[in-house]
Amino acid sequence: MTDITVAATGWPRMRRKLSDGLFQHPVLFLLLLLAPPLIWLGIIYLGSLFALLAQSFFYIDEFSGVVVREFSLRTFAELFTPANMDIVVRTVVMAATVTVAAAVIAFPLAYYMSHYTGPGMKAVFYLAVMLPLWSSYLVRVYAWKLILAHEGIISWFFARLGLSGLLDGILAIPIIGGASLSVSYIGMFLVFLYIWLPFMILPIQAAIERIPRSLLDASADLGGHPGQTFRKIVLPLAFPGVVAGSIFTFSLTLGDYIIPGIIGSSRLVIGQAVYIHQGTAGNIPLAAAFSIVPIAIMAIYLTIARRLGAFDAL
Amino acid sequence: MRTVLPLGDELHRGAWRALVLSTAVALDGVSQHFGSVVAVDDVSLTVESGEFFSLLGPSGSGKTTCLRMIAGFDLPTRGRIVIGGEDVTSIPPYRRTVNTVFQDYALFPHMSVAENVAYPLMVRGSDKRTRVQRTNEMLELVQLSGLENRRPGALSGGQRQRVALARALINAPPVLLLDEPLGALDLKLRQQMQIELKALQRQLGITFIYVTHDQEEALSMSDRLAVFREGRIEQVGSPQSVYDTPRTAFVAGFVGSANILTGEQAEALGLSPVTTALRPEKIHLQINGDGSQKGLVHCQGRLVGRQFLGINTRFEVEISQGLVLDVIRQNTLDQILPEPEQQVTLSWRVEDVRMLEHI
Repeated sequence: MTDITVAATGWPRMRRKLSDGLFQHPVLFLLLLLAPPLIWLGIIYLGSLFALLAQSFFYIDEFSGVVVREFSLRTFAELFTPANMDIVVRTVVMAATVTVAAAVIAFPLAYYMSHYTGPGMKAVFYLAVMLPLWSSYLVRVYAWKLILAHEGIISWFFARLGLSGLLDGILAIPIIGGASLSVSYIGMFLVFLYIWLPFMILPIQAAIERIPRSLLDASADLGGHPGQTFRKIVLPLAFPGVVAGSIFTFSLTLGDYIIPGIIGSSRLVIGQAVYIHQGTAGNIPLAAAFSIVPIAIMAIYLTIARRLGAFDAL
Repeated sequence: MRTVLPLGDELHRGAWRALVLSTAVALDGVSQHFGSVVAVDDVSLTVESGEFFSLLGPSGSGKTTCLRMIAGFDLPTRGRIVIGGEDVTSIPPYRRTVNTVFQDYALFPHMSVAENVAYPLMVRGSDKRTRVQRTNEMLELVQLSGLENRRPGALSGGQRQRVALARALINAPPVLLLDEPLGALDLKLRQQMQIELKALQRQLGITFIYVTHDQEEALSMSDRLAVFREGRIEQVGSPQSVYDTPRTAFVAGFVGSANILTGEQAEALGLSPVTTALRPEKIHLQINGDGSQKGLVHCQGRLVGRQFLGINTRFEVEISQGLVLDVIRQNTLDQILPEPEQQVTLSWRVEDVRMLEHI
């Protein structure tokens, strides 16, 4: 009470005037609040994306190797040559496989975390899911190279079980096989799955956690068998979480160039193509065109997801 | 009304079998332990077919756990549950013939009203024509026709309640379980729904087992009710018998309000020296009573509190040091309200005094 009547002086007085001023001008307050993120997102983030987009409409002069700054679609036409389409298809198939596998593995775990664990056990699970993210990405990828190597623990394990023939058989499968796991698409798939799995588990877990227990009770009460309850209630309500998780795993796999460089064959994926064209080849327009591909694929993917009603519950 | 039948006794086993055949739901020595917490402790009760039976008690008294065990969501730690003559103790909820109206309604948010109501038919694989027809019938029954395509999120609380009711009734279950279904509604709507629920129960002739903590609701709707306290049943009976002859101080205080007198206090007033309950509305309050009417107990007191409640007035009268009695008197035109600190005379009939078994 007395605090208000006593006239403040110096710094406290300034502060009070400032807060009064902001209170009386909410628009100014909002502007101050939003200026940093708007500058960051609008200029630095989206601005550079548009610069990239613009680059993809330039083309490179075949004789001089100089970038011609004129509007042209010939760089995009180059994207559709068999060699480049091969890269796109390979990357998309890999990303889709990783995403589906991650969802299949993540769902039961997320369901268990949401509905069967107490607060203490839940914390342990969160820790276990996120612990790998605390260590360096490169270290983990190189660790996997050792695990998957011809002399690595997986080969050793198969040999111990007397199943070396089985492993060789798997590696003999054309396209996805190879000399060893560490230079095959199977190996690349396993490492992608390992690296991106937490990004699938957490959104699904958050979505399932939001499903009230009473809905599951109600479904059972009304005659729904566990399988029906899962298909009709749990899955549709958790679907936005699956889509959110798949956006992460799909787009992260689409854009990655480090794992394919360390594990897998010498055939390129989109990330590597971008890396090579903008670096050694100096073909920035083609690199830009390549980097448009994941954006376009994600846009298509989200449109389909929305058609399927993935965001209805949001 | 309380049936405690020890298992293993051949004679009782036969009696039990005869009993369960005539009842809609029977619990026999049912307990529920969650770790070291005993939520329900040795509860036995039988609910007759077509009865409106309420489980009444404060929160945490085990009434909802009992309902969940009847529905099959929680399995009892001990005891047996029989529905319609069939022992269902370890049968999952989706194979039990009871349906539930949940406290939060538990409507499926991603389905329309019609899809919600038709859900029980859909999971049983009924054909589309039957589904549409039955759904329309049910929506008509709960007066929701025309809202088929709305999502639950776009409905009011009362409408959601009706959808939950229609969905639970579409299979025509012999027993409907209701878990505080009116708790989330405002007073006027709650009173209206109480009347509608009761009418619906009479119309359909099915057994209702109704969980509530609202004693007024339980008294006004039930054929019989069971009062729960700390996982046990304190008393079972018709609303009137429970209200008029409470067995314990807890029941006397929870169902309606009561003045509870200890043995010494009762003795000081010339009553038997046991714990005693006296309903506030059974006490007659006069400003200048002569204290000579026959068959009445009289005593003098000082008015220490007065609350005007519209339809009646509640008085607090101090009879002796530390003993204050609540008195409720109807507000009629010809009565003058006594002022605080005024001396008043209280009187009551001896037969209105209830001796209790224990505190």
